[in-house]
Amino acid sequence: MITLYMMANGLPAFFKLGIKEILFCTEWKPTAASPSFGILYIILTSAAGTAAAVVISVPVAVLTAVFLAEIAPECLARIVRAAVELLAGIPSVIYGLLGLMILNPLMYRAEQKIFRGSEQHQFSGGANLLTAVLVLAVMILPTVIHISETAIRSVPAQLKASSLALGASRVQTIFKVVLPAARPGIVTAVVLGVGRALGEAMAVGLVSGGRVNIPLPFSSVRFLTTAIVSEMGYAGGLHRQVLFTIGLVLFGFIMAVNAVIGGMFAQNDGQEE
Amino acid sequence: MKGNAGLGRVVLCGFVLGLLVHCIGSNGDILPIQKRGAVKTEDTRAGGKVVMAGSTAMEKLADILAESFMEDYPNVTVTVEFTGSSAGIESVLQGRADIGNASRGLREEEIAAGAVENVVAIDGIAVITHFSNRVSHLTLPQLTEIYAGRIRNWRELGGADEPIVVVGREAGSGTRSTFEELLGMADQCAYANEIDSSGAVMARVAATPGAIGYVSADIPDATVQVMALDDRLPTPSQVQDGSYPLRRPFVMVTDGSVIQQSASVREFFAYIWSDEGKRLIESAGLAAAFPDVTWKPEHTRWKRSVYEAYIILHRRGRLQGRMAQRHGGIRSAGSFYDLCILLDRCGFYDNAVYDG
Repeated sequence: MITLYMMANGLPAFFKLGIKEILFCTEWKPTAASPSFGILYIILTSAAGTAAAVVISVPVAVLTAVFLAEIAPECLARIVRAAVELLAGIPSVIYGLLGLMILNPLMYRAEQKIFRGSEQHQFSGGANLLTAVLVLAVMILPTVIHISETAIRSVPAQLKASSLALGASRVQTIFKVVLPAARPGIVTAVVLGVGRALGEAMAVGLVSGGRVNIPLPFSSVRFLTTAIVSEMGYAGGLHRQVLFTIGLVLFGFIMAVNAVIGGMFAQNDGQEE
Repeated sequence: MKGNAGLGRVVLCGFVLGLLVHCIGSNGDILPIQKRGAVKTEDTRAGGKVVMAGSTAMEKLADILAESFMEDYPNVTVTVEFTGSSAGIESVLQGRADIGNASRGLREEEIAAGAVENVVAIDGIAVITHFSNRVSHLTLPQLTEIYAGRIRNWRELGGADEPIVVVGREAGSGTRSTFEELLGMADQCAYANEIDSSGAVMARVAATPGAIGYVSADIPDATVQVMALDDRLPTPSQVQDGSYPLRRPFVMVTDGSVIQQSASVREFFAYIWSDEGKRLIESAGLAAAFPDVTWKPEHTRWKRSVYEAYIILHRRGRLQGRMAQRHGGIRSAGSFYDLCILLDRCGFYDNAVYDG
């Protein structure tokens, strides 16, 4: 149903403007006299932002999960777990506000230091890709931690026991035995994290600045989600259709990411066995 | 007393009708008179509903008007949604709302679809900066240079050595399109940030030293500094007399003209255009306005309705003097609306609506 609806609303703009005009053009001027609807930068921003957030977040999350499942004493684990659950329970708009109030001014100070005296750089006031990446990284932490921990806990105790019995140290056991065994679960965690990061609109919209730009760390940027959210209220006609098309692209994006990551790891598993 | 007033109304109706016929005759047009099923005739006293949807920039105005109207007319429920100008107009055309709030003029395709523009207020667009900014006056050319990205540091304007962070609204926003049109640089602004609501623009400018942004004149509070443009601040009086350079209409859009709406909606418009409405609009920091429906010679037929014919007659000055004599309660500013409502209460429109 949803897929059909997305197709019905998103495809007409492709036919009217041509795939090239939308996907591979960089100019986004939907309300100009001769409008152009190029979303290449928006796509790149979403890709780069999500990738960076995952790269930052996943190692931290997996190590936290290992800590929770394997190392921490039960009372400490309980406290940390409660904190992670709290993190998961915070509405995304709160993350956005925190980013807006705390991270943005910090980033702006950094930006002023780095680009002091620069003639070309357009100052973003701290609302840039880097801020959005940091906020996203924090936001996907709880999802990834939670699912990874479950995966690690479900690794059979015999595996660990035999590894230790063969003389492997605890750290060796964790990295050579437990984590590989828990990999399918961790992959699921990463996929869900990617999905959450790609689909996040509210927080990102507040901290990313919203200007369609090449995704550089200190440029104000716009994600696929915020492009839809911010302009839907006022858009009409073709502009509106293109926003649906962006939705379709986002939809396709998430599908593709799931398929690729899932497929990649499934293949690896096959080779090892 | 009551009987007298009633008699007066009847006389008045006859008089207006006579004038209309006279006017039409002099233009040599034939005016088809027909019954129209589309005219809604429920009684305000029996209760009714007014559904508004549209611009976020008009939030304050719409809330004030809705609340005070409901106090005076407890039987009528007024609801307001803030979905954006275009979405509001669309809801009206689809029949989901009675009034669409738009912070911009109507587009051609919207007029073609039957939307009618009723200007209720004139809004100034305030230019705001971080409160620490030492620059407090700008000229329009300077503002244009800033938004074009050619002036990039407050130092160039006599302020601190601080880069200018140019904040604006997202494409499609009524505030943005008006602002850019008024500066003569539609879609040429070099924004550092494009933010999707007035409140978020305020927050961003308040939190960023060196930021400059624009919002509707009724929005800024003490957290930001309002810039004087060409030595004028966006106060209601300076917006109304046109001396403040950045101004735009606030429009309440209806499907067909006001007089084709339900009794509650007509009553609501009469309220907005009354002295009380004017006071409320000004209390929201805006300048009150009356709709600008001008008679064009190329209109060979009475295209819209009696209501507009009425305005035309009023503008030509044929009615004003005599009408004012005959009905002491009519005030000069809003007289034709009061008259309209009066005619409506006489049941004039229930019987016949002129349609071209």
